[in-house]
Amino acid sequence: MTLLSKESIALNIEVNSPEEAISVSGDLLMKAGVIRKEYIDAMVDGFKKVGPYIVVAPGIAIPHARPEYGALESGFSIVRLRTPIKFGHKMNDPVQLVCAMASNDNNGHIEMLRMLSSILGDSSKLAKILTAKDISEVYQNISN
Amino acid sequence: MYIVSVCGMGFGTSLMLLMDIQSIAKDFGYEVDGEATDLGSAKGKKCDFMVASSEIAAELSDQDVPIISINNLLDKEELKQKVLPLIESIAKEESK
Repeated sequence: MTLLSKESIALNIEVNSPEEAISVSGDLLMKAGVIRKEYIDAMVDGFKKVGPYIVVAPGIAIPHARPEYGALESGFSIVRLRTPIKFGHKMNDPVQLVCAMASNDNNGHIEMLRMLSSILGDSSKLAKILTAKDISEVYQNISN
Repeated sequence: MYIVSVCGMGFGTSLMLLMDIQSIAKDFGYEVDGEATDLGSAKGKKCDFMVASSEIAAELSDQDVPIISINNLLDKEELKQKVLPLIESIAKEESK
Protein backbone atom coordinates (compact mmCIF):
# COMPACT_ATOMS: atom_id res chain seq x y z
CA MET A 1 0.00 0.00 0.00
CA THR A 2 1.84 3.03 -1.26
CA LEU A 3 -0.88 5.59 -1.83
CA LEU A 4 -1.27 6.41 1.84
CA SER A 5 1.43 6.50 4.52
CA LYS A 6 0.83 6.80 8.26
CA GLU A 7 2.49 10.21 8.12
CA SER A 8 -0.29 11.39 5.81
CA ILE A 9 -2.99 10.85 8.43
CA ALA A 10 -3.83 13.53 11.01
CA LEU A 11 -6.59 13.32 13.60
CA ASN A 12 -8.57 15.85 15.63
CA ILE A 13 -7.22 18.87 13.81
CA GLU A 14 -8.74 22.23 14.59
CA VAL A 15 -9.20 24.65 11.67
CA ASN A 16 -11.04 27.91 11.17
CA SER A 17 -11.91 27.74 7.46
CA PRO A 18 -12.26 25.32 4.54
CA GLU A 19 -9.13 26.85 2.97
CA GLU A 20 -7.17 26.04 6.11
CA ALA A 21 -8.51 22.48 6.14
CA ILE A 22 -7.43 22.05 2.50
CA SER A 23 -3.99 23.47 3.31
CA VAL A 24 -3.50 21.06 6.21
CA SER A 25 -4.45 18.08 4.03
CA GLY A 26 -2.07 19.36 1.33
CA ASP A 27 0.80 19.88 3.78
CA LEU A 28 0.66 16.19 4.65
CA LEU A 29 1.01 15.27 0.99
CA MET A 30 3.88 17.72 0.56
CA LYS A 31 5.72 16.27 3.55
CA ALA A 32 5.23 12.79 2.07
CA GLY A 33 6.89 14.00 -1.13
CA VAL A 34 3.74 13.50 -3.23
CA ILE A 35 3.32 17.14 -4.26
CA ARG A 36 5.12 20.47 -4.39
CA LYS A 37 3.84 23.54 -2.58
CA GLU A 38 2.16 24.95 -5.69
CA TYR A 39 -0.26 22.03 -5.70
CA ILE A 40 -1.66 23.17 -2.34
CA ASP A 41 -2.23 26.66 -3.71
CA ALA A 42 -3.94 25.13 -6.76
CA MET A 43 -6.28 23.11 -4.53
CA VAL A 44 -7.21 26.18 -2.50
CA ASP A 45 -7.70 28.24 -5.68
CA GLY A 46 -9.81 25.45 -7.17
CA PHE A 47 -12.04 25.48 -4.13
CA LYS A 48 -12.41 29.26 -4.29
CA LYS A 49 -13.20 29.19 -8.01
CA VAL A 50 -15.29 26.09 -8.53
CA GLY A 51 -16.63 25.93 -5.04
CA PRO A 52 -17.84 23.34 -2.61
CA TYR A 53 -18.46 20.49 -5.05
CA ILE A 54 -15.38 18.75 -3.61
CA VAL A 55 -17.64 17.80 -0.70
CA VAL A 56 -18.52 14.54 -2.42
CA ALA A 57 -20.56 12.95 0.35
CA PRO A 58 -21.98 14.01 3.71
CA GLY A 59 -19.04 15.16 5.81
CA ILE A 60 -16.34 14.28 3.27
CA ALA A 61 -14.27 16.65 1.10
CA ILE A 62 -11.77 15.52 -1.53
CA PRO A 63 -9.63 18.50 -2.54
CA HIS A 64 -7.50 17.99 -5.63
CA ALA A 65 -5.89 19.85 -8.51
CA ARG A 66 -4.61 18.99 -11.96
CA PRO A 67 -1.39 16.92 -12.12
CA GLU A 68 0.55 19.69 -13.87
CA TYR A 69 0.25 21.91 -10.79
CA GLY A 70 3.02 20.11 -8.97
CA ALA A 71 1.97 16.49 -8.46
CA LEU A 72 5.09 14.33 -8.19
CA GLU A 73 3.51 10.98 -7.33
CA SER A 74 0.12 9.45 -6.57
CA GLY A 75 -1.16 9.62 -3.04
CA PHE A 76 -3.79 10.86 -0.67
CA SER A 77 -4.01 12.16 2.87
CA ILE A 78 -6.64 11.94 5.58
CA VAL A 79 -7.39 14.80 7.93
CA ARG A 80 -10.07 14.29 10.56
CA LEU A 81 -11.27 17.57 11.99
CA ARG A 82 -12.05 17.93 15.68
CA THR A 83 -14.88 20.34 14.90
CA PRO A 84 -16.65 19.80 11.54
CA ILE A 85 -16.57 22.91 9.37
CA LYS A 86 -18.86 24.29 6.67
CA PHE A 87 -17.58 24.30 3.09
CA GLY A 88 -20.75 25.88 1.69
CA HIS A 89 -22.26 22.70 0.26
CA LYS A 90 -26.06 22.69 0.33
CA MET A 91 -26.51 19.08 1.39
CA ASN A 92 -23.22 17.60 2.55
CA ASP A 93 -21.98 20.15 5.07
CA PRO A 94 -20.40 20.21 7.59
CA VAL A 95 -17.16 18.46 6.66
CA GLN A 96 -15.30 16.27 9.08
CA LEU A 97 -12.94 14.32 6.80
CA VAL A 98 -10.66 16.05 4.31
CA CYS A 99 -8.81 13.73 1.94
CA ALA A 100 -6.49 15.60 -0.40
CA MET A 101 -5.45 13.59 -3.42
CA ALA A 102 -2.87 13.94 -6.13
CA SER A 103 -1.50 11.89 -8.97
CA ASN A 104 1.05 12.43 -11.68
CA ASP A 105 -0.48 10.07 -14.24
CA ASN A 106 -3.88 8.82 -15.33
CA ASN A 107 -3.52 5.23 -14.24
CA GLY A 108 -2.44 6.23 -10.76
CA HIS A 109 -5.31 8.64 -10.64
CA ILE A 110 -7.93 6.05 -11.53
CA GLU A 111 -6.44 3.55 -9.11
CA MET A 112 -6.57 6.13 -6.35
CA LEU A 113 -10.15 7.16 -7.09
CA ARG A 114 -11.20 3.51 -6.96
CA MET A 115 -9.43 3.05 -3.66
CA LEU A 116 -10.80 6.21 -2.07
CA SER A 117 -14.34 5.50 -3.15
CA SER A 118 -14.12 1.91 -1.92
CA ILE A 119 -12.83 3.07 1.48
CA LEU A 120 -15.04 6.09 2.02
CA GLY A 121 -18.07 4.48 0.38
CA ASP A 122 -17.88 1.55 2.82
CA SER A 123 -19.98 2.69 5.76
CA SER A 124 -18.29 0.44 8.31
CA LYS A 125 -14.80 1.55 7.24
CA LEU A 126 -15.91 5.15 7.30
CA ALA A 127 -17.38 4.78 10.78
CA LYS A 128 -14.08 3.32 11.97
CA ILE A 129 -12.11 6.21 10.50
CA LEU A 130 -14.42 8.67 12.22
CA THR A 131 -14.14 6.99 15.62
CA ALA A 132 -10.57 5.59 15.60
CA LYS A 133 -8.55 6.51 18.67
CA ASP A 134 -5.23 6.86 16.91
CA ILE A 135 -3.52 6.99 13.54
CA SER A 136 -2.49 3.33 13.59
CA GLU A 137 -6.10 2.31 13.95
CA VAL A 138 -7.08 4.40 10.92
CA TYR A 139 -4.17 3.05 8.90
CA GLN A 140 -4.91 -0.58 9.71
CA ASN A 141 -8.56 -0.15 8.92
CA ILE A 142 -7.70 1.24 5.49
CA SER A 143 -4.95 -1.24 4.70
CA ASN A 144 -7.22 -4.23 5.36
CA MET B 1 -25.23 4.98 -25.47
CA TYR B 2 -22.88 7.77 -24.58
CA ILE B 3 -22.84 9.75 -21.37
CA VAL B 4 -20.89 12.74 -20.11
CA SER B 5 -19.94 13.04 -16.45
CA VAL B 6 -19.01 16.49 -15.26
CA CYS B 7 -17.07 18.00 -12.40
CA GLY B 8 -15.15 21.17 -11.73
CA MET B 9 -11.90 19.96 -13.25
CA GLY B 10 -12.91 17.00 -15.35
CA PHE B 11 -10.83 14.29 -13.82
CA GLY B 12 -11.76 13.91 -10.16
CA THR B 13 -15.32 13.27 -9.18
CA SER B 14 -16.48 13.07 -12.80
CA LEU B 15 -14.14 10.15 -13.45
CA MET B 16 -15.35 8.49 -10.28
CA LEU B 17 -18.97 8.85 -11.43
CA LEU B 18 -18.21 7.53 -14.89
CA MET B 19 -16.43 4.43 -13.56
CA ASP B 20 -19.20 3.73 -11.08
CA ILE B 21 -21.95 4.13 -13.69
CA GLN B 22 -20.13 1.87 -16.13
CA SER B 23 -19.79 -0.78 -13.49
CA ILE B 24 -23.47 -0.53 -12.46
CA ALA B 25 -24.50 -0.72 -16.12
CA LYS B 26 -22.30 -3.75 -16.68
CA ASP B 27 -23.87 -5.54 -13.72
CA PHE B 28 -27.20 -5.22 -15.50
CA GLY B 29 -25.88 -6.16 -18.92
CA TYR B 30 -25.62 -2.71 -20.48
CA GLU B 31 -22.63 -1.14 -22.09
CA VAL B 32 -22.15 2.57 -21.52
CA ASP B 33 -19.51 4.67 -23.26
CA GLY B 34 -18.69 8.08 -22.03
CA GLU B 35 -16.25 10.72 -21.02
CA ALA B 36 -15.45 12.69 -17.90
CA THR B 37 -15.08 16.40 -18.46
CA ASP B 38 -15.04 19.79 -16.78
CA LEU B 39 -18.00 22.13 -16.61
CA GLY B 40 -16.80 24.47 -19.36
CA SER B 41 -16.21 21.69 -21.91
CA ALA B 42 -19.38 19.80 -21.03
CA LYS B 43 -21.78 22.38 -22.35
CA GLY B 44 -23.24 21.47 -25.72
CA LYS B 45 -21.65 18.03 -25.85
CA LYS B 46 -23.70 15.39 -27.64
CA CYS B 47 -24.72 12.58 -25.32
CA ASP B 48 -27.70 10.63 -24.02
CA PHE B 49 -27.47 12.18 -20.61
CA MET B 50 -25.14 14.06 -18.30
CA VAL B 51 -24.39 13.26 -14.70
CA ALA B 52 -22.78 15.44 -12.05
CA SER B 53 -22.75 16.24 -8.37
CA SER B 54 -25.68 18.40 -7.31
CA GLU B 55 -23.55 21.56 -7.10
CA ILE B 56 -22.35 21.15 -10.69
CA ALA B 57 -25.65 19.81 -12.05
CA ALA B 58 -27.33 23.09 -11.12
CA GLU B 59 -25.00 24.82 -13.60
CA LEU B 60 -26.04 22.46 -16.40
CA SER B 61 -29.76 23.17 -16.32
CA ASP B 62 -29.63 24.93 -19.70
CA GLN B 63 -28.54 21.76 -21.52
CA ASP B 64 -31.05 19.95 -23.72
CA VAL B 65 -30.21 16.45 -22.49
CA PRO B 66 -31.35 14.89 -19.19
CA ILE B 67 -29.16 15.91 -16.27
CA ILE B 68 -28.77 13.52 -13.37
CA SER B 69 -27.86 15.22 -10.11
CA ILE B 70 -26.07 13.19 -7.44
CA ASN B 71 -25.88 14.32 -3.82
CA ASN B 72 -23.63 11.64 -2.37
CA LEU B 73 -20.99 10.55 -4.85
CA LEU B 74 -19.89 7.68 -2.69
CA ASP B 75 -23.36 6.19 -2.37
CA LYS B 76 -23.64 3.55 -5.11
CA GLU B 77 -27.29 2.97 -4.21
CA GLU B 78 -28.29 6.59 -4.91
CA LEU B 79 -26.38 6.47 -8.17
CA LYS B 80 -28.03 3.22 -9.21
CA GLN B 81 -31.53 4.43 -8.38
CA LYS B 82 -31.09 7.60 -10.39
CA VAL B 83 -29.15 6.26 -13.35
CA LEU B 84 -30.34 2.74 -14.01
CA PRO B 85 -33.93 3.58 -15.05
CA LEU B 86 -32.57 6.07 -17.59
CA ILE B 87 -30.02 3.60 -18.92
CA GLU B 88 -32.76 1.00 -19.27
CA SER B 89 -35.05 3.32 -21.22
CA ILE B 90 -32.24 4.51 -23.50
CA ALA B 91 -31.22 0.92 -24.19
CA LYS B 92 -34.84 0.13 -25.04
CA GLU B 93 -34.98 3.04 -27.50
CA GLU B 94 -31.71 1.96 -29.08
CA SER B 95 -32.89 -1.58 -29.64
CA LYS B 96 -36.01 -0.47 -31.51
